Amino acid sequence: MEETFDVIILGAGAAGLTAGIYTSRAKLSTLILNEGAIGGQMTLTNEIANYPGVHTTSGYALATTMKEQAKSFGCKIKSNVSISSYDLESDIKTIQLANGQVFKGKTIIIAAGGVPRTLPIPGEEQFRGKGISFCATCDGEFFTDKEVVVVGGGNSALEEAVSLSKHARKITIVHQFDHFQAFKHAIQDAESNPKINFVMQSELREFRGNLNLESVLVEHLPTGEKQEIKTDGVFLFIGYTPKTDAFKEILPLNSRGEIPVDAEMKTSIDGVFAAGDCIAKRYRQVTTSVAEGTIAALSVAEYLNKKN
Amino acid sequence: MKMLRTAIHEIETAAELEKLIQENEQVMVCCGRMGPMCIPVYETMEELEEERPSIKFYSMAFDTPEAAPIRNAPMCRGFMGLPFTVYYKNGQMVDATTSIQSREQIESILDAQFN
Repeated sequence: MEETFDVIILGAGAAGLTAGIYTSRAKLSTLILNEGAIGGQMTLTNEIANYPGVHTTSGYALATTMKEQAKSFGCKIKSNVSISSYDLESDIKTIQLANGQVFKGKTIIIAAGGVPRTLPIPGEEQFRGKGISFCATCDGEFFTDKEVVVVGGGNSALEEAVSLSKHARKITIVHQFDHFQAFKHAIQDAESNPKINFVMQSELREFRGNLNLESVLVEHLPTGEKQEIKTDGVFLFIGYTPKTDAFKEILPLNSRGEIPVDAEMKTSIDGVFAAGDCIAKRYRQVTTSVAEGTIAALSVAEYLNKKN
Repeated sequence: MKMLRTAIHEIETAAELEKLIQENEQVMVCCGRMGPMCIPVYETMEELEEERPSIKFYSMAFDTPEAAPIRNAPMCRGFMGLPFTVYYKNGQMVDATTSIQSREQIESILDAQFN
């Protein structure tokens, strides 16, 4: 007979792995199903310096340790799966994979996380990796002595622009608002960097080029005026969008596509909990996801205790 | 010297790469670092290694002169995103991608080139 898990966790980022550590250590049979890479957005960060109790680590190292911790307590993990359908309403929840495998669970923790937001404008697909990048640390040196555009106005955009100034000759930050949504020190570092200049209240409309990216078309929002900016590369740091598309017919989502939860990480469906970057919240940090994963796991334990 | 910390076998020299592609019909090599765009590709390869035993999966460090045959390959011209992932059939490079790739993207190349 196929096993019915006490809890199936959807996602293996900071929230999902933490929940897996807690539920498996509490002797609840636990399966993590993960559609992306283990570690989620943690692996997009080369250096994590503000995770309490750890001096400085990489996202990959932290994720690997969390995965090993969860497995050491008996948590099963299947990564890189493709989920084709969900039945979350029934008493026993069912998850079916694209290859036909079916998994059943008494409870579900949705920890699907988020994905980097892209720009759905002409040329985005064509020039990805041929001028368009999402990682200054990875690809910065390809732009040594070249001109690049950085899109975004948050901490990531400003910090990565400063980091790119080690390689690039000139950096133009294009931001949709007239002010930045970043820490003061990040703004000061960018503004005082002689290689960085700013095009505010503007958005990209098109990526242009032949084999590689050669220019971008930028619209000034208040006037509608468009200008072509010659550039060798564009780095996109425009935030993350919750990975909740699969749940929009199943759960009520807010206007940003996030899953609303209560203080115990319960969703509107009995036995279904959610944690991490897919829920409605203000701050997205490894530490906040770890905390929500913990709460979801403890809530699952209490829910199952009451049921038995 | 090994520079990558993945579970897939790491090629260390250009000579080793040449020997592998001459001796194996189907080879996929991910040439990168331990960065956020590279790790998901390595992880997918680790799992595909079990699922597709007829294909040889290898990694190679981008920051070594030994990786020149991949970095300078005509199919990688214009690539500006790590990792450079290349596919060899019967000793010839038949496909190449730049930057992060999903499992679906990788599998569609394996299906198209190696079947």
